[in-house]
Amino acid sequence: MKTFDYRKALTPQVAVDMFDAETARFIAGGTNLLDLMKLQVETPDKLVDISRLDLATIDEQADDGLTIGALVPNADLAADPRVIDRYAVLSRALLAGASGQLRNKASTGGNLLQRTRCHYFYDTGSRCNKRAPGSGCDAIGGANRILAVLGTSEHCIATHPSDMAVAMRALDATVLTLKRDGDRRRISIHDFYCLPEDTPHIETVLETGELITHIELPKAPSGRQAYRKVRDRASYAFALVSVAAVIHMEERRIARAALAFGGLGPMPWRSEAVEAAIIGKAPTRETFEAAADALLAEAKGFGGNDFKIPLARRTLIATLRDLTEQ
Amino acid sequence: MQFTINGRAFEADVDIRTSLLDLCREHLGLTGAKKGCDHGQCGACTMLINGRRVNSCLTLAVMHQEDEIMTIEGLGGPQDLHPLQHAFVRHDAYQCGYCTPGQICSAIGMLDEIKKGWPSHVSADLNLPDFDDQEISERMSGNLCRCAAYPNIVDAIREVADIAADARTADEKDKVMADEVVA
Repeated sequence: MKTFDYRKALTPQVAVDMFDAETARFIAGGTNLLDLMKLQVETPDKLVDISRLDLATIDEQADDGLTIGALVPNADLAADPRVIDRYAVLSRALLAGASGQLRNKASTGGNLLQRTRCHYFYDTGSRCNKRAPGSGCDAIGGANRILAVLGTSEHCIATHPSDMAVAMRALDATVLTLKRDGDRRRISIHDFYCLPEDTPHIETVLETGELITHIELPKAPSGRQAYRKVRDRASYAFALVSVAAVIHMEERRIARAALAFGGLGPMPWRSEAVEAAIIGKAPTRETFEAAADALLAEAKGFGGNDFKIPLARRTLIATLRDLTEQ
Repeated sequence: MQFTINGRAFEADVDIRTSLLDLCREHLGLTGAKKGCDHGQCGACTMLINGRRVNSCLTLAVMHQEDEIMTIEGLGGPQDLHPLQHAFVRHDAYQCGYCTPGQICSAIGMLDEIKKGWPSHVSADLNLPDFDDQEISERMSGNLCRCAAYPNIVDAIREVADIAADARTADEKDKVMADEVVA
């Protein structure tokens, strides 16, 4: 690990003031950042410790939504009775990720910002446009079993690893931030992540030193919620494919649907076309196949990950079948 | 830097990069917590920070000067074993023993999470998690044992959990009886 200057911030404004260089990083739980620093994938010259900021509560909003402090640990968020009752898909997604120890430490804000687990991103001896812009991509044509089939570019095929963020996308969350100039922003999670295109090192729309302070969930959607995750072992593994789903039925037809996907793309994936394919339809096999067709029309495998395309189809259909059964 | 570990105050002058695990093992002589992978994948380094189980390899010592840290040494020693340590011995819940301190610290944190009613990935009802062997396995999945002593680890944890649950039930009975006497 390269050495660094360490500063502890006690207010959000002091934290963003301390973030005075591109090469600084905020540290909260640190479970992903320190891992990457040990490997010198991340080499910040300054760490701004935000772990003691007063941002660790979950509060009710006037419109029946929830405001989640960026420092709420993943474990606490998953176990919060309001989250369990109103946003079960979020509890389920959190509980499907990582281990008890990591969920106790990892923060809500940090979870949104965790980096890909692409082997070539982690291996500093490999070419990786995300880690070293312009160096190339050894994942294309390499061991890409865990990597993306949607939203890729010729420069990067990394997947976003979060389960939580997939549920947040299905729930239409909003990311609240504080910028270095003191301005605050509200960013829809749908606008928060960037496609890799020719700048895979830019993963979100956050500016240098912009701090996530809260995540807002709008009023809970009606209908049934589920998070279905397929992985290589039964626990403590990243998703090969996952589906976060909220389905509301009326008169035996799908009245409303929100579907987001993990393990498939460079960001938690959501596509209006998938939802359009099923809304107003009866829950039949043909309807579900049409949703899968819409999801996977542009899907492209890279050899090792070709299996994800039929796996995503089957996972989506199984999830829809479960949630629409009377 | 100043620390409170196992109820004792420590002072150490260490590099800013020092993990909580390395602080304990390399600077304070607390070698109970083990370094397995050093990347949060194996759980051998598990400690309790303010009562919560965490991977001590994935956090900086400097960030925990205000916290109560508990390592396996703080739970009990050869003369006064913690009930979980005793259960691990009785159930032969290890072979080489390298993962054991992490397993035991993790189990203590995990049992506290169950007491708080926290659900897990395998809980059918998020509001009312069961407490069967499948739950123990899921909740302990952050602790690997390359000797694969898993069945005995589950047995040891179950025994302590059942004793604690029985004690709670007995307490509740006593309370009900006391309330009846008052009534």
